Amino acid sequence: MPNLGLVRQNAVVSATPRSTIRDSLSVSITVGAYGIAFGAAGVAAGFSILQTCLLSLLTFSGASQFALVGVMGAGGTAISAIATAALLGFRNGLYGLRMSPLLRTKGAKRFLAAHITIDESTGVALSQESLGEDAMRSGFWLTGIGVFTFWNLFTFAGAFGAKAMGNPAAWGLDAAVPAAFLGLVWPRLTSTSNRLLSIAAMALSLALTPFVPAGLPIIATAFLALAIGLRTS
Amino acid sequence: MTMMWWGVIGTSIAAYAFKFLGHSIPHQYLEHPKIQKTNLLIPITLLSALVAVQTFAAKSTLVIDHRAVGLVVAAIALKFRAPFPVVVILAAISSALIYHFS
Repeated sequence: MPNLGLVRQNAVVSATPRSTIRDSLSVSITVGAYGIAFGAAGVAAGFSILQTCLLSLLTFSGASQFALVGVMGAGGTAISAIATAALLGFRNGLYGLRMSPLLRTKGAKRFLAAHITIDESTGVALSQESLGEDAMRSGFWLTGIGVFTFWNLFTFAGAFGAKAMGNPAAWGLDAAVPAAFLGLVWPRLTSTSNRLLSIAAMALSLALTPFVPAGLPIIATAFLALAIGLRTS
Repeated sequence: MTMMWWGVIGTSIAAYAFKFLGHSIPHQYLEHPKIQKTNLLIPITLLSALVAVQTFAAKSTLVIDHRAVGLVVAAIALKFRAPFPVVVILAAISSALIYHFS
């Protein structure tokens, strides 16, 4: 039959639960919209529109991207900025560890799966657990590709808009960046010990600021996390 | 090549390397509780430090300026469960107002 391929394709699409598609899409659009803030932050920090857009295409990890432009925008060296961004990107590796037995990808598909392994694709995949492994896989791919699409479109819009605006301080862009970081850390402050750790990190970074080159006060706080994390039994 | 380009390329390589390693190495590595715990804590310290430094540092001196107002507004917005774009926009507007009228 000539349309066998089409019928089978439709079967695959309809096998994905509606709720999985809905979850993936809503996460993709909401999270993708944050790209506006990143695009604006990149340009406000002195990166070109091209560099800002390439970061979203190639790095594709929000916290790492914000950290790079934040540290370099404040006058930090490329090395300390990359180190901070890399430490924030480490968790994607742990997500990959969790996702790879589920996805069982091979060849070129594994390179693509790796690139879209982020908080949201992993989160949606895990949230579909009650619907079975097929729904989890669909959630991973739909969310990963969806966030990638919207994140990059909105990054361009934000970078372009910020370029047209000019002086970052006059439009409040210099305050939008720390507000974005606060928004990223806020959902993690779920316990008293995490809140205390957050305050300690703020205090340490500010105490170091007058004495060490820009960027280092931020990386230095990773040792607080190490000191506590490695004492876990 | 400028510093900015090194930053873009270096960060992209580092970010992808971690992602790909996660998909490629056997699972027993990195599943140790100490590593899992540290991995949860590192974003808290780095992001908190970024909040503080981006708000209160001007080069290597500490200042309280229009950005601090933006941060307080952002915190209040988060307290009331405002969505992320709203938080960022409110912080920007309040900071810009103080910048113009002070």
